[in-house]
Amino acid sequence: MCGIVGLYLKNPALESQLGALFEPMLIAMTDRGPDSAGFAIYGDEVADGWIKLTLRHPDLEYSWQALADELKKELSCEVDWFSNHCVAVFKVHASAEAAEAVIEAFDKDVLVLSAGQSIEILKEKGLPKDIAAKFNLAGMKGTHIIGHTRMATESAVTMEGSHPFSTGMDLCLVHNGSLSNHNRLRMELERHGVKFVTENDSEVAAGYMAWRLQEGDTLNEALQNSLQDLDGFFTFTIGTRDGFAVMRDPIACKPAVLAETDDYVAMASEYQALTTLPGIENAKVWEPEPATIYTWERGQ
Amino acid sequence: MKTIDLEKSSVRELNQALHDQHNECTEREWEVTGVKGDHNLAVGLDQSLSVHIKGHAGYYCAGMNKKANILVEGNVGQGVAENMMSGSVRVTGDASQSAGATAHGGLLVVEGNAGARCGISLKGADIVVKGSVGHMSCFMAQAGTLVVCGDAGEALGDSLYETRIYVKGSVKSLGADCVEKEMRAEHIEHLTELLHRAGVDEDPAAFKRYGSARNLYNFKVDHASSY
Repeated sequence: MCGIVGLYLKNPALESQLGALFEPMLIAMTDRGPDSAGFAIYGDEVADGWIKLTLRHPDLEYSWQALADELKKELSCEVDWFSNHCVAVFKVHASAEAAEAVIEAFDKDVLVLSAGQSIEILKEKGLPKDIAAKFNLAGMKGTHIIGHTRMATESAVTMEGSHPFSTGMDLCLVHNGSLSNHNRLRMELERHGVKFVTENDSEVAAGYMAWRLQEGDTLNEALQNSLQDLDGFFTFTIGTRDGFAVMRDPIACKPAVLAETDDYVAMASEYQALTTLPGIENAKVWEPEPATIYTWERGQ
Repeated sequence: MKTIDLEKSSVRELNQALHDQHNECTEREWEVTGVKGDHNLAVGLDQSLSVHIKGHAGYYCAGMNKKANILVEGNVGQGVAENMMSGSVRVTGDASQSAGATAHGGLLVVEGNAGARCGISLKGADIVVKGSVGHMSCFMAQAGTLVVCGDAGEALGDSLYETRIYVKGSVKSLGADCVEKEMRAEHIEHLTELLHRAGVDEDPAAFKRYGSARNLYNFKVDHASSY
């Protein structure tokens, strides 16, 4: 059992309250996932030619300035950064590949949690309320956000095994369910060059999505293909640069509820997580159909 | 009438107060407010109470109900009225999956739509859904009746025993051993009575009846691929 929550704002006036609206949604899913929690927030976009990376180092006192200096020296480019607990958000005027190569050479203990122009992923072990407080979720601004509370069933409770999982530039995935063919699929994906750091089944789903997208699938095609290739139970929520997507497996045992008003679209494993949203009493509330892809994106 | 506000009381306190009516009934009319998708509301009742739940309920609402009449003004999560023995449950909104699962008796009315597996393993209760039902509804259902005024999803009545199914709209597909059957006068009469009891205004003649072909009751090697 795990909990999934997502909030996509249609009304830009609410963007300054995104974190405050989302925090109670994440905490409401503690019963479904008390082991670890995380979220991917979108906003504060960097300009073209820049890359935004969310980095983590286990040492709270880690010198991010030294890493910034190294990036400036090696890439001869501008670097902005700020830290938040054990995580730092780096904005680098370079490509993701170049920046990540410098980071890996500089310190192997620095983990890249996300890369893109908009996304920031923050996740830790522990209760959702503690993690929300640690990262000051309530103060965060943005356009949309997806989160996950984990009750581990398939693999160990670690920060690396918590969700969301990055699946490519500005993309991430959260999963409620369990996959039964993840071991074989992991081996196949490794042959295609996909790297995994845990024994987690959801990381395989994320790796699968990343691989399909690399092969040229659109997000819709990748999700359609996953219905064929992933065996097991799942409700997925996928964060994209411009919005999010929700999909349940054809059996649809794992719960999901959607709510929409003029101001937002919200997704949660259970209705309980939506009750604090403004205007929820009059929102359109429904369950997504099995094996059906729902997407909300700016510009649609 | 007694009102319990879930902003101030816990679900356990609510259910205990309702259970306390079993031995000595001091209050027949109950109202529950401050409902925010809480699970297990009004479960295991065994007294002739009238309970009005104002708001969307979570999982297993009115589960194991005996004698009580429960009205939910909103949507319900999965397993509403699961294993109901008698009494009635009415939901004004939609119901999630497994509505009325294994229910032995009583009446469940869903005024909106019901999700997947509505009436799974039904054992004698009557379910009337004004909207549509999801896939695998009445899977392995043994007795009782499911009435669907809208459409039914895939694999309706898979591995069905003696539950009667009436559907007004389309059926996406029938499950193994479920077949359409003739609508005879006795079925019109049965459906008329049930629609009346559920307070649903529909023409019984517009429905089709589905039931078990009774080929899967006992193992036959000829049917091995259907099991």
